[in-house]
Amino acid sequence: MCEVGDDYREPAPAGPPPPRPCREQKCVKCKEGLPVVVIRAGDAFCRDCFKVFYVHKFRAVLGKNRLIFPGEKVLLAWSGGPSSSSMLWQVLEGLSQDSAKRLRFVPGVVFADEGAACGQSPEDRAKTLAEVKLVLQTVGFPWHIVALEEVFSLPPSVLRCSAREPVGTEGAYKAAVDSFLQQHHALGEEKQSRPCPQHPQGRAGLPTASQTEALSRLFNSVKTLTAKEELLQTLRTHLILHVARTHGYSKVMTGDSCTRLAVKLMTSLALGRGAFLAWDTGFSDERHGDVVVVRPMREHTLKEVAFYNRLFAVPSVFTPAVDTKAPEKASIHRLMEAFILRLQAQFPSTVSTVYRTSEKLVKAPRDGCAAGSPGPRCLLCMCVLDVDTADSATAFGAQTSSQLPQTQPPVAEAEAPTVSRCRSGMGRAQHCCRMEEDDPRARVIEQLCYGCRVNMKDLPSLDPLPPYILAEAQLRSQRYCPLCRGGRGRLGGVLLGLGSQRAASPGPRLSRRSRSVCRRPTRTGHGLARPQRSRKARMGGWPVITHLYK
Amino acid sequence: MPAPQCASCHKARAALRRPRSGQALCTNCFCAAFEAEVLHTVVAGRLLPPGAVVAVGASGGKDSTVLAHVLRELAPRLGISLHLVAVDEGIGGYRDAALAAVRRQAARWELPLTVVAYADLFGGWTMDAVARSTAGSGRSRSCCTFCGVLRRRALEEGARRVGATHVVTGHNADDMAETVLMNFLRGDAGRLARGGGLGSPGEGGALPRCRPLQLASQKEVVLYAHFRRLDYFSEECVYAPEAFRGHARDLLKLLEAARPSAVLDLVHSAERLALAPAARPPPPGACSRCGALASRALCQACALLEGLNRGRPRLAIGKGRRGLDEEGPPGRRGSHSRPDPRLRSPSPASRDSSSPLGSDDDVGVRGHL
Repeated sequence: MCEVGDDYREPAPAGPPPPRPCREQKCVKCKEGLPVVVIRAGDAFCRDCFKVFYVHKFRAVLGKNRLIFPGEKVLLAWSGGPSSSSMLWQVLEGLSQDSAKRLRFVPGVVFADEGAACGQSPEDRAKTLAEVKLVLQTVGFPWHIVALEEVFSLPPSVLRCSAREPVGTEGAYKAAVDSFLQQHHALGEEKQSRPCPQHPQGRAGLPTASQTEALSRLFNSVKTLTAKEELLQTLRTHLILHVARTHGYSKVMTGDSCTRLAVKLMTSLALGRGAFLAWDTGFSDERHGDVVVVRPMREHTLKEVAFYNRLFAVPSVFTPAVDTKAPEKASIHRLMEAFILRLQAQFPSTVSTVYRTSEKLVKAPRDGCAAGSPGPRCLLCMCVLDVDTADSATAFGAQTSSQLPQTQPPVAEAEAPTVSRCRSGMGRAQHCCRMEEDDPRARVIEQLCYGCRVNMKDLPSLDPLPPYILAEAQLRSQRYCPLCRGGRGRLGGVLLGLGSQRAASPGPRLSRRSRSVCRRPTRTGHGLARPQRSRKARMGGWPVITHLYK
Repeated sequence: MPAPQCASCHKARAALRRPRSGQALCTNCFCAAFEAEVLHTVVAGRLLPPGAVVAVGASGGKDSTVLAHVLRELAPRLGISLHLVAVDEGIGGYRDAALAAVRRQAARWELPLTVVAYADLFGGWTMDAVARSTAGSGRSRSCCTFCGVLRRRALEEGARRVGATHVVTGHNADDMAETVLMNFLRGDAGRLARGGGLGSPGEGGALPRCRPLQLASQKEVVLYAHFRRLDYFSEECVYAPEAFRGHARDLLKLLEAARPSAVLDLVHSAERLALAPAARPPPPGACSRCGALASRALCQACALLEGLNRGRPRLAIGKGRRGLDEEGPPGRRGSHSRPDPRLRSPSPASRDSSSPLGSDDDVGVRGHL
């Protein structure tokens, strides 16, 4: 496949063809050792040079981006697979005393047991967990084992983007490193040894049977494998986020390799997540606010990872996933993976081309959780919503268009037809705010981005979803209509001339005087529909402000 | 099991289920809905203002036939006048048959038709001649690169001849989806940045172009043509198997089978891509030779022709473009002597490259236009 800008040569008039790899060829780096692996399109490396190359890439990615401050607590998301195992091993070696330029953060490991979603029996799950614990004990970091069933006990605060102080500048990073080094010298070596390994914070046993059953019910109710995989990913992200927040980790490292990221990029395109590619596949992902997800393995191809793990005996644990043994055409993820790997076999520069294109993507200017309110965020993936008004001349508008001469709603209910009724730009705002209250499904759907909406179409009923999602959806819809960007009967942060809307919307019953006072929304607890305040409190001063809800 | 009733008129039997919504419609209601959607796209996107003289790129294939038919139906409402512009690339055994179909359509619809031929515009270079000239170098002929750019140029020229103010082409949603997939696989950040909208507004003297069928899926276009019994030419270009677009097309068909809304999801993704400012193409100027819109000194059409005329057809493709600036005898290869490790793969099967949608080569290659 030619890339744009590929250099075409005229056929060389003379000259011998390039030498094929043969026994006498030496490592291209040190020119001495016997090569053991061929990287890229023909560079043969010997064992030691390969190790240096591999480790250097890992360090360079971390060092180039300067996001991980010394002494920071970093959670390593380990799935048992080769890439994340390799990442774990790199961190282990990087933190050891004898490595040059030691890594300087404080790691922890989290393993999410997804056996229930994949339909594994409890015996298999126990066996896997035993192997996992063995590896974790070898590694020695503080570890946390969580089961996916624990999503049923997550609080809705997981879905809120917490504000955090902005990332420091270059100067701040250097200053932090310098002060850390000074501290290190002052306190002496023994204090800075490897973090103490006696923290088995993982829970001991399996979760309750009812939770397992609820999870199985949820995943069995999803109609397509594509939606299942997306849902699993979402839930896993929320779970890891919760673990990180609970234990004070400010960074999460995931082991996505270059190949996987290229596949993920193309898959996200096909799922309608083109607006969020930079967050999904970039080095750092700050959409959650206080916890940043980084991907240090993003420049390592799967081939390099596999060879490294084999040559240097990196332990890993095989855990079946939702799509293990699924046929190639079963889901978009599988299709894309098969396509890219097939193309890669034919044209070896496919993955690197896609990867390089992904580096040119930027996060849209409205970024972060700053108080300058960039807009409502998706309930599930926490990216800024990318939907237009219902009848615009775009792909979204085409799918929610009400132009059709329809006299009855479409046959398939799960098409979210009620979304189109929120006509934010058309002055019928009270119409919009009223409609979703009647339909809980529409209320959830309207708070999702395009990609998540398409996934929800494959979920016929929202009831099996974990309660924190539904509770948060309810809370948000009470006070914030995502499309018309207005409050319901009270002033929010961003109002655009909604005098008539306030009057007409069926918000909480507030006194006239308090409606005119600028108040900020309060958080009253999970699932409470209306704040039950006394009349005096309503008429009087400022209510308790705990958090500027986003 | 008999077909259900039409969901909108409840009188006739349904003839199809719309892929988009699963709604069952009879032929008349479906055609009405299709036309209404195209009208909505044009009106909501403000593509064709009243009084516009519209040049329709007609190739005789299903998309341009449907486009011409629908625009002809909607012309009174929109207040526009139509001209058909057909481009003759000089592909024997294919284009002459397609042009016959265009002529029949023009006669039936009583629309003025202009045919522009490559041989006249580009100094005798027909596509067959280009194919012969680029053949034999051990790599694929890249005919589609030439054809796309030159056809775009020819369409613009034909539109100017008839005094048009807008150019429309019949690209449908599947084409847009294939294009975005293809651009990612090729790493073409410039085209990714330019594409995604409904057309281009026409800067620097170029005519504004748009694609009214952009949000209609290919299935619906075919069904519309079938129900309205339109006469079109349905064979594939003889050079089409060599195009890289074939990979993207196969992938798209598989994706659509896994998830029916994949096509519109891809179009949505394409609309929302955010590329770094450095990756976007520079603001265009004018070509030094022909005055058309160009990002560099020479527009791509002139550059390609330059390469053909010099006997080095690949001169303007890829990094070899640097060779254009040298005025020396052919044989000097100073600018591209760097060996490229990526080219070591033996016998690459089908290299790029149909020119996807972009500012100076809007009309991409598909099986038939």
